[in-house]
Amino acid sequence: MNSSRLFSGSFSLRELHPATIVTVVFLIAYPSFASNFFILQIGAYSLILGTIALSLMMLAGYGGMVSLAQLTVAGLAAYLMAILGDNSMGVMGLGWPWWLTVIVSVLGAALFSTFIGAVSVRTEGIYTIMITLAVAVAFFYFVRQNYVLFNGFTGFAGVEPPTLFGVYWRDPVPFYYLTLTVAAGFFFAVYYCARSTFGLGLQAIRDNPRRMRALGFNITLHRIVAYFFAGVIAGFAGVLLVWFNGRVSPGTIGVDVAIDILVIAVVGGMRHPIGPFIGAIAFVLLENFAIDLIDRERFNMVIGTAFLLVVLFSPDGLLGLWNRFRDRFRFRGNALLGAERVNKDDPASTGSLEKS
Amino acid sequence: MRSFVERHTFWAIVILLAAVLFLWMIFAVWPEWLIDTLGRKKTFVNTLLNGVTLGGLYFLVASGFTLIFGLMRNVNLAHGSMYLLGAYIGYEVADRTGSWFFGLAIAFIAVAISGILLQYLVFRRMAGDDLRQTLVTIGISIIAADAMLAIWTGTTYQFSPPDWLFGAADLPIISVIRSSGDAVYIKYPIYRLAVLLVAVAVGVALWVFLNRTRIGMMIRAGVNDRDMLAASGVNVQMVFVLVFAIGAGLAGFAGVIGGTALSVAPGEDIRYLLASLVVVIVGGLGSITGAAIGALIIGLAEQFGLAYFPTYGVVLTFLIMVVVLAVRPQGLMGGR
Repeated sequence: MNSSRLFSGSFSLRELHPATIVTVVFLIAYPSFASNFFILQIGAYSLILGTIALSLMMLAGYGGMVSLAQLTVAGLAAYLMAILGDNSMGVMGLGWPWWLTVIVSVLGAALFSTFIGAVSVRTEGIYTIMITLAVAVAFFYFVRQNYVLFNGFTGFAGVEPPTLFGVYWRDPVPFYYLTLTVAAGFFFAVYYCARSTFGLGLQAIRDNPRRMRALGFNITLHRIVAYFFAGVIAGFAGVLLVWFNGRVSPGTIGVDVAIDILVIAVVGGMRHPIGPFIGAIAFVLLENFAIDLIDRERFNMVIGTAFLLVVLFSPDGLLGLWNRFRDRFRFRGNALLGAERVNKDDPASTGSLEKS
Repeated sequence: MRSFVERHTFWAIVILLAAVLFLWMIFAVWPEWLIDTLGRKKTFVNTLLNGVTLGGLYFLVASGFTLIFGLMRNVNLAHGSMYLLGAYIGYEVADRTGSWFFGLAIAFIAVAISGILLQYLVFRRMAGDDLRQTLVTIGISIIAADAMLAIWTGTTYQFSPPDWLFGAADLPIISVIRSSGDAVYIKYPIYRLAVLLVAVAVGVALWVFLNRTRIGMMIRAGVNDRDMLAASGVNVQMVFVLVFAIGAGLAGFAGVIGGTALSVAPGEDIRYLLASLVVVIVGGLGSITGAAIGALIIGLAEQFGLAYFPTYGVVLTFLIMVVVLAVRPQGLMGGR
C-alpha cells in the first residue's frame, strides 16, 4: 500500500449541513459578544479539554482502545514546556526558543503515547484500560516524587506563551483564537482521518481484528500509529493547557482529572469527533455553575452522577441522545426501527465498540 | 518441580545460587565491602521485610480483584473505593465498640454486602458488556470517593490495634557485632509480621476453598466454562454473588489491616487500585497464585525503590510491569 493512498479520503463542500455553518460562524464570532471570563474560562478551556478528549475519542471510538493515559501524555508535553522552556521556579528551565520547545514537547508526548501504545496493544479489550490507568497513576506518583526533573509536589509555574507579531498570546481573545485554530484543525484532521484508508482500517480492526489480520493488515502497527496521532493531538493540547494555566503540577495530571477526560469523552459521545467538544462544554459549564446549585465541594458527586446516568441510560452519550431523539421525531410511531437504524448504519456507533 | 530441574538445568542452578546468596545476605554478618556498596545491613533487611509485608497487604487487596475478574470477567475499578470504605467502616466500629477485631469483622461483612449490591444492581444488568461495566465502576468510584470525603472529611485516621500487636520483636537476624562482641539483633514491628501472617493465612484459605471444596470446584468450573456450569444445574447467579461478596469483603478486610499498618486518608483508594491493577497485570488476571507472586514482586520493588533510589522508585514498579507485558502479555501466571 503506498503512502499517498493511506490517508486519502473524500470530502466535498456540498455535504455541509446548515448547522455546521451556524456553529462555525458562532465559534468565530464568539469573542465579539462574550465577556473575558466566558472567552477564556469557558471557551478556551472547553476547547483545550475537548482536544484532549478528542485524542481519547479517536483511540476509543475508532480504534476500540480506551486509553486513560491521554491526559498523562498532554501532561508530559506541559511538563516538557516548563522544563525545556522558561519557568519561574528556578528548577530546570533550559530556556530554549519557544518554537523548538513546542516541537520537542509535542514530539516527546507523541513518542510517549506511542510507547504506551506499544506496551498496551499486545493485550486487548479491558486490559488496555487497566494498563493505561496504571501508567497514568504511576506517572502521577513519579512526577510528585521526583524533584530533580519535575520539581515534585510544587511543579512549575510561570510558563508563558511567546509574544509574537506584537500580540501577547495569553490575552483572552488571541488565546481563544489560538485554541480554536488548534482544536478545529485536529477536529477536521480526525474527521478526515476516519474516512481515510488508515481510519477505515482502524475501525475494521476494532470490529474484527482476526479478519483484518487474515486480510494481511498489520494490526499492531495500525494501532500504534493511532496512538502516535493521538499523542500529537494530546501533546498540542498539553502545550495549550500549560499556557492557559501558566503552571503545571502533579495535580494537573492527577487520576481524577484523567477520569474527567474519560467522562468528557463518554458524556459527549464517542461516535463522532464533535462529541468530545460537546462533552467538554457541558463539563466546563457544570464545573463553573454547579456551585450555584450545590456545594462546590460536592462537584465530583455531580460529575460522577452525570457520568453514571449517561453510561447507564445512553451509552452513546449526549450525541446518542440527540440522534435517538431525532430519529424518534422522524420515524414517529416507529421508534424502535429508528433506534436500530442508528446502531446498524453507523460503523462508529458504540454498539460495535464492545469486543466480539 | 522435578521436571523443571530436568528441563531447565541451567536456570535451576541460577535460581538456586541466587536463593543461597539471598539467604546468606539475610543471615550472615555483612563484611565491610558489602556495607560499602549497599549501605547498612539493617536498612537492607528492614526494606526486605517491609517489601514482603507490603506485598502481603497488596495480595489481600488484589486477590479479591483477581477472583472477581477470573470468574465473571468483571473489571471492578471501584475496588480501591471498597478498600477505603472498609477502612472507614472498620475505624468507626472499632472506635465505638473499642474492639479492633469487631471492626475488622464488620468491615468485611459491610463491604461484602456492598459488593453483593453492586453485583446485583449493576453487573447483572449488563452482563457481557465489559466496557460498560468498567465505565460504570469508574463512575461509582468517583461518587464513592466524594461521598466518603463528605462523610469522613480529609482527616487522616489512625487505628489502635490491641496492645499485644504493638511493639517490636527481636528477629533472629544479627545486624552488626559490636566491638565488645555483643550481637545486635534486628527489631521489627510485630503488627507488620502479623499482616504477613494474615496474608499467608488468607492465601492458604483461598487455595483450600477453591481447590478442596465443592463450591470452590463450582467456581473453578465457572472460570473455565460458565455456560456448561449453568447447564449442569448449578445456580450460576448465586455463585457470582458469593464470589463478589468474598472479593469485596477481602478488600474491606484489607482496608482495616492496611489502615492499621499505615493510615486511612482520602486518596488511598487510588493507591490501592493502582496496586491491585499492577499486581494483577504482572501476576496474570484471574489467578490467585499470580496475585501472590505479583504482590510480592511489586511490594519488594516499591520498598527497595523507596530505600535505594527514592525519586525514581515508581519507575521501578512501572518497568516491571512493562517488562512483564513485553515478555508475557497475559501475566506471569495468566492463562489463555
